Amino acid sequence: MKVLVTVKEVAEVDDEFAIDGLDVDESYLEYDLNEWDDYAVEEAVQLSEANDDVEVVTVTVGPERADETIRMALAKGADRALRVWDDAIAGAEFLDPGTKAQLLEAVVEEEEPDLVLTGVQSGDDAFGATGVALAERVGFEWAAVVNDLEHDVEANDSSVRRELEGGVEELTDVEGPAVLTIQTGINEPRYASLRGIRQAQRKPLDVQTLDDLGLEESVLETQVELTSMYEPESESDAVIWEGAADETAGELASFLRDSGVVEG
Amino acid sequence: MTVLAVTEQRRGELRDPSFELITAGRQLADDLDSELHLAVIGGDVDGYADQLNREGVDAIHTVADGEEFNHDIYTQAVTAMADAHEPDAVLMANTVNGLDFAPAVAGQLDVPLVTDAVDFDASGTPEITREQYGGKVETTVDIEADQFALTIRPAEWAKAEGTGDADIAAFDFDLDESAVRSTVTGFEEVGSGDVDISEADILVSVGRGIEEEDNLPLVEELADALGATLSSSRPIVDNGWLPKNRQVGQSGKVVTPDVYIAIGISGAVQHVAGMKGSDTIVAINTDPNAPIMDIADYAIVDDLFDVVPELIEEFGGEAS
Ligand SMILES: Cc1cc2nc3c(=O)[nH]c(=O)nc-3n(C[C@H](O)[C@H](O)[C@H](O)COP(=O)(O)OP(=O)(O)OC[C@H]3O[C@@H](n4cnc5c(N)ncnc54)[C@H](O)[C@@H]3O)c2cc1C
Repeated sequence: MKVLVTVKEVAEVDDEFAIDGLDVDESYLEYDLNEWDDYAVEEAVQLSEANDDVEVVTVTVGPERADETIRMALAKGADRALRVWDDAIAGAEFLDPGTKAQLLEAVVEEEEPDLVLTGVQSGDDAFGATGVALAERVGFEWAAVVNDLEHDVEANDSSVRRELEGGVEELTDVEGPAVLTIQTGINEPRYASLRGIRQAQRKPLDVQTLDDLGLEESVLETQVELTSMYEPESESDAVIWEGAADETAGELASFLRDSGVVEG
Repeated sequence: MTVLAVTEQRRGELRDPSFELITAGRQLADDLDSELHLAVIGGDVDGYADQLNREGVDAIHTVADGEEFNHDIYTQAVTAMADAHEPDAVLMANTVNGLDFAPAVAGQLDVPLVTDAVDFDASGTPEITREQYGGKVETTVDIEADQFALTIRPAEWAKAEGTGDADIAAFDFDLDESAVRSTVTGFEEVGSGDVDISEADILVSVGRGIEEEDNLPLVEELADALGATLSSSRPIVDNGWLPKNRQVGQSGKVVTPDVYIAIGISGAVQHVAGMKGSDTIVAINTDPNAPIMDIADYAIVDDLFDVVPELIEEFGGEAS
């Protein structure tokens, strides 16, 4: 069986930052594997460890910079990686979930996985839509926000728990082939071992262009356009206690005593 | 010209976002100079339709297939309704179930989707406001399409009130059972146990800023010194450092203590959903721009590893 895991490198913003045009200035961004995808990779690797003949392939839409993050996923146990990118994609104004789903659709058609795992959302733009949009495009069944997975490799069916609001979980049976969007906490993602990191250097990481995937540049034309980015006006009317730690702690202590919630 | 808003129910009750969708849907319909229609799918649809018949709703279409939410049924039914009524916009909520069917509806209709709107203005080219980078920045996106799909962030719009005089009718719809390839087999309540953080008067709540499990005793000692209960944001529970019943937020507990002390918690929307009703919110965070500051009453912009030991000392405890 083949499991395809979508993996994104996401940007995190420093405490202090500046916006340059339509994004945060590059110098204030740090890149890392998307938190949700880390759990998706781990889930796939655990499936491959628990069953014979399970191949784990990761796919990333992203620039060369993402190779470092992709190698991390390989070091954690994925077998090989694909990275979709070319000048046209680099020049695209905005990769919305619909566009990404079209790129990933071509990869699914090429790879023909039995199961696709994605993260629930990416930590930066947080659309939370790519996985289900992909399922709809490729005609797979799906389940969103999965925090427990039992997969029957023979039948290619899954029994999942979907984490709903307010501490309620939904138990659902899903016919394969399926796309499951994975929620944090489903497992304990491993750290890459030194051996894993060494092995990862030798695992295949193939770059695929639009052309390779049989796609036209027109897939990048989107009806959703990013028009501005700005720091929201602070809604904060918090009283900020200033000073050294002993002073601010003193202020908080006085407040707690004065309000009568704490004695002593 | 219509806006079609898709309501949500679970286990015999309408969910709050259903009523928020009426408010947002009315706003969108006014912008677009169109009618507001609601879709009500599954379970006791007639009872739900009566409850949803509030001011601003022009028509309600019901589909009785399915007892509980099922994304295959929702997707089919909404797509069929959209084919019949040709709405300018399909409006849904960015709930866990919204995440499960909104992208499929947009795909079926072949229309662009924008999720998790916190505001919009559709009087001209529809412009949607949403957050990025964990709420540190806002963006606007324009939608250049005759028809689009949009999901709204829960609790951003008020719940609709008043009584409406909408036309309520069963929508003529034949479910294709063969395309329903997932089955809900049950529900389970999780996260109970010996401690009920929703009962606490003071919560000392810890987030990813604590960095390592080995540092947890620091906040435990603070909780002891204050006679408070310890709670946390999600990553602490995901990491297995605290049990699930300590998690505050959308998928954890909703808490309303007298005082909520958020230590190293950024204030993501799913966290805030669980604690914004606290009487007094105190934030200890190194980042002056963290979203938690927007709802804090008092804040210390400093390193928790400096502040918390001092605080413990104030109350006669000893920081290890
Ligand atoms: C479907 C879904 C459901 C979710 N449900 C929940 C939920 O129920 N509850 C929940 O909490 N989250 C939930 N989340 C996750 C949520 O989106 C955030 O990822 C999470 O709340 C972040 O937790 P945090 O604030 O502890 O971590 P971060 O966002 O990483 O914030 C850490 C904070 O600590 C500060 N900090 C770092 N070091 C220090 C220091 N030394 N001193 C002081 N401050 C410091 C940083 O400035 C930062 O603000 C959910 C997400 C999804 C998609």
